[in-house]
Amino acid sequence: MCHRILLICCAFAVSLSFQFVTAAQTAKTTDVTVFAAASLNEAFSAIAQEFEHANPGTKIVFNFAGSQQLVQQIAQGAPVDILASANMKQMLGAVKTGRIDSASIAIFTRNKLVVVCPKENAAGVLSLQDLSKPHLKIVLADKAVPVGQYALDFLAKCDQRGSFGASFGQEVLGNVVSYEENVKAVVSKIVLGEADAGIVYASDISKNVLERAGVIEIPDSLNVIADYPAAVAREAPSRAIAEKFLKYILSDEGQRILTRFGFIPPK
Amino acid sequence: MKKESPIAAAKTDGSLRRPRWQLILAGMPLLLFLLVPLVALVFRISPSRFLTGVMEPQVVQAIRLSILTTVITVVLTLLFGTPVAYMLVRKRFPGRTLLDALVDMPIVLPPAVAGVALLMAFGRRSFLSPLFGGLEIPFTQAAVVLAQLFVASPYYIKSASAGFASVNRELEHAAEVDGASRMQVFRTIILPLAMPAIVGGIVMTWARALGEFGATIIFAGNFPGRTQTMPLAIYIGFEIDLDVALVLALILLVVSFFVLAGVKGLLAQRLTIF
Repeated sequence: MCHRILLICCAFAVSLSFQFVTAAQTAKTTDVTVFAAASLNEAFSAIAQEFEHANPGTKIVFNFAGSQQLVQQIAQGAPVDILASANMKQMLGAVKTGRIDSASIAIFTRNKLVVVCPKENAAGVLSLQDLSKPHLKIVLADKAVPVGQYALDFLAKCDQRGSFGASFGQEVLGNVVSYEENVKAVVSKIVLGEADAGIVYASDISKNVLERAGVIEIPDSLNVIADYPAAVAREAPSRAIAEKFLKYILSDEGQRILTRFGFIPPK
Repeated sequence: MKKESPIAAAKTDGSLRRPRWQLILAGMPLLLFLLVPLVALVFRISPSRFLTGVMEPQVVQAIRLSILTTVITVVLTLLFGTPVAYMLVRKRFPGRTLLDALVDMPIVLPPAVAGVALLMAFGRRSFLSPLFGGLEIPFTQAAVVLAQLFVASPYYIKSASAGFASVNRELEHAAEVDGASRMQVFRTIILPLAMPAIVGGIVMTWARALGEFGATIIFAGNFPGRTQTMPLAIYIGFEIDLDVALVLALILLVVSFFVLAGVKGLLAQRLTIF
């Protein structure tokens, strides 16, 4: 019995020492903590890969979530170097916490909305007007999520122009069955076929999604163009590298990658 | 005449003796760790903000929905879980260990995984969908109940099983010798003796169902008034308006505390180990 306990303690000590060794190794690299909107997942991961190649010794660590969730985490003191939000409202909310350097805010990309439907499209959603069809199941993001608010703005715009009748917005909202807490959750529900339509970003239509869903474009006259601001945190632990990363995102290479993933260049 | 289980009375002397200081010292860290966040929650929100928060329609909707769904879940768990609990401990049958492990699965599974599994089983593309006719389950209140039932009923089954198993077989045999039928034995011997474990299991199931989030948001979605239970409202509320989240969190805390304390107090009167 004593021997067994001794053996277990030794194994534990050895594994612990391994942790310290690997920790010592990672201490040589500089970590940049980036809080980014869920919609930036694929694009930013690709940009980070290129940046890490060009700048050995740096590691970009991501926290992808709905912008509103990121701001709450920042408000509660989470360590962060860069915030990339999907709308100005959330960025200003982050500035109000006092942890973001408002002088560093830059619009680094833009996005617009599209309607997605599952591949089989059993409900027959072929045009924007079809969104108001009765008994349709629509999934949107919660209005606290930037894309959720943009979707509501889009519906308001349709009503304003009378493109689909005066009560289009009401009828569409009457079809909503769930308000998800980030845009990727909306995409999932559509790809899984559980809902008939959803409103997401054009950038969310990856090759993967295109294989399993259909897309209905929204004309620019009715669409909502989302400005994505990014900023550096006031007491960023890795300030210099963070600013370098932000500059890289704004550079030609960064912009090329963003365009590749369906984003629109900033004005 | 107060009913007192002869076995239980022998195990405790019923007196209220303070634990030794060494025990208190050893238990203090975890106790404090459990207590401090709850106390911090209470002091974060002022009574006036709390009262205005309680009046918010979204808060009232969430509370009503949570109570409704958890009560239904508890009733269904009692109805359908008791036979399972009984079956698992009475006879040895081939595959019993497997079934036992299966019933434990929802406890081990991350709630999000449970949600995805429920979606695969009862969603539109499920292999079972021909059985449902035109009935669509996700995004409904039924889905909320099913999600809660899936993650919470195993707690009752485990507890009730332990209760049934603890009943002395001699007592049952004595009753049978006296001419009691199986049903009578169950009703008059097994059930009363297993009652503390059954009630404890129901309380745990109710508590787990009340706090259920991951499976609910994936399987039932989030729609105020229809599927937005208190945990969902707290999560979303946390991202919009901290006050809403805090009010709901506090209500959840207070309600849970009083129900748990009440039930445990009632059970303590029966002078059992529980």
